[in-house]
Amino acid sequence: MTAPEPMLELSGLEVRYGTVPAVRGLDLSVGKGEIVGLIGPNGAGKSTTLHAIMGAVRPSAGDIRLSGTSIRGRAPEQVVRAGIALVPEGRRIFSELTVEENLRLGLSGRRSKVGATEAVERVYELFPVVRESRGRQAGLLSGGQQQQLAIGRALVAEPDVLLLDEPSLGLAPTVVNTVFEALATIRAQGVTILLVEQRAQRTVAFADRTYVVSNGELRMTLGPEDATDTRRMVEAYFGA
Amino acid sequence: MTDDVQTLVDAIALGSIYALMAVGIGLVFGVLRLVNFAYGQLIMAGAYALALTNDSPVLLSIALCFGVVLALSVALEFAAFRPLRGASPTTMLVATFAISYLLQSIALVRFGAIGKIVVVIPKLSEPVTIGSVHIRWITLVTILVAIGVFAALTLLLTRTTIGLQMRAASIDAETARLLGVRANAVITAAVLVSGVIAAIAAVILPMAVPERVLVSPDYALRETIIVLVGVVVGGIDRLLSATLGGFTMGFAVGMFSGYLPSTGAWPFTSSVYLDSAVFMLVILVLLLRPEGLFARGRRTAVERL
Repeated sequence: MTAPEPMLELSGLEVRYGTVPAVRGLDLSVGKGEIVGLIGPNGAGKSTTLHAIMGAVRPSAGDIRLSGTSIRGRAPEQVVRAGIALVPEGRRIFSELTVEENLRLGLSGRRSKVGATEAVERVYELFPVVRESRGRQAGLLSGGQQQQLAIGRALVAEPDVLLLDEPSLGLAPTVVNTVFEALATIRAQGVTILLVEQRAQRTVAFADRTYVVSNGELRMTLGPEDATDTRRMVEAYFGA
Repeated sequence: MTDDVQTLVDAIALGSIYALMAVGIGLVFGVLRLVNFAYGQLIMAGAYALALTNDSPVLLSIALCFGVVLALSVALEFAAFRPLRGASPTTMLVATFAISYLLQSIALVRFGAIGKIVVVIPKLSEPVTIGSVHIRWITLVTILVAIGVFAALTLLLTRTTIGLQMRAASIDAETARLLGVRANAVITAAVLVSGVIAAIAAVILPMAVPERVLVSPDYALRETIIVLVGVVVGGIDRLLSATLGGFTMGFAVGMFSGYLPSTGAWPFTSSVYLDSAVFMLVILVLLLRPEGLFARGRRTAVERL
């Protein structure tokens, strides 16, 4: 099997908060159509990496390339238009706005206005509960429903790459299943996925490849076969 | 009884003007977290534009007023607000103090300290008699214009994409940008709408408030301070509560002017107890409802600023 062409590449990425390094020389590649996991303990720099990709924090060194073109230094609204969408940690739903209004905000990031209605329709098909509650205030939805809305809101921009920051956080097990099933469907539709998660074992089993980061550095790369290897998993988190 | 009704209507009209100013300040605060102390100077610039074109056809004069206020609004956005993006709210507030005094100084140097008379539509100052109550046309027009502006603004915010983006940016600007909302476009739109409202206030104020027929460098400064207090007292982080706060202050000023012992003409400076009464009310509100008179949240008005 030949490796797919790289869609999103990070090379030597460094991010600092003041003098504190959060990400140190991270190299990472996500191939077209892949699901790649990014796991590691709290404070490992996972969210910071996603925010750096989105242009929400400025890297101090290194490069970020999308289909070979550097997007480093672009503002978030430009990164979205380049084809990367983020499902942020904690969902960040606009709870005072309706479900439909939240989706309409997601349309702001589209590269073309053509096909917007169809994109929303596809989200409604993927998440029927979002369609059912489209007229409701988003803050009244359950956590799982809000997560589906947050994913849908990112998808209506029709990104090439979808970044997810701990989408299963705080969700009931059955809802977690729904989220992972949806990610499989989204990938089948041709979207490349970079998934930051706390559920290490599940992520390793689910993703084509999973990077383990700790202290802002890449520790190791795991494949689905490692998910059942308890020793490898423990090693990944606590160091060899 | 007749006097009571007149005082009430006048107070509603004054409240409407203050509410307009409050919504203009609140819109920009929403998307920028910037308290624009220089808002009154936008109105001043518009009033000078009117005063200098008293002899021109009224529509031309009003168009010029809008042009000046909007141009100044955009200039402020590019020259002052944009370079300060990401600065702390305190820095931005102090910057708008500086802008306010700069604009006052420019007006002082250019036009002098002596006020210029603003004539817009003299006919609107004539009274209309409804039953036994005499009300000036401008009082009714002011209330109607305010209602029209609020209706148009509600449509803009709820029915248009830019309006939705403005609301989203007010709630959580960072997330809005991560979704692709263009921050600068939304901020420019808010600054422009706020400028349109300032221009409307500039046209109305000289006719509605007799004392404001004279435009001088510190024009509308007093109103701005009272409106800012009203906006904070009402609850600055929501447009509706900020607007209601502005209205309440204007309404209170109007009512106090009607009933407090006065040494001279309506409305404020001649009422010797007016300021004390208005700010006594502010202190009461801050003591009894520190989260804001119309706010839903629990944070105190002081924390919000």
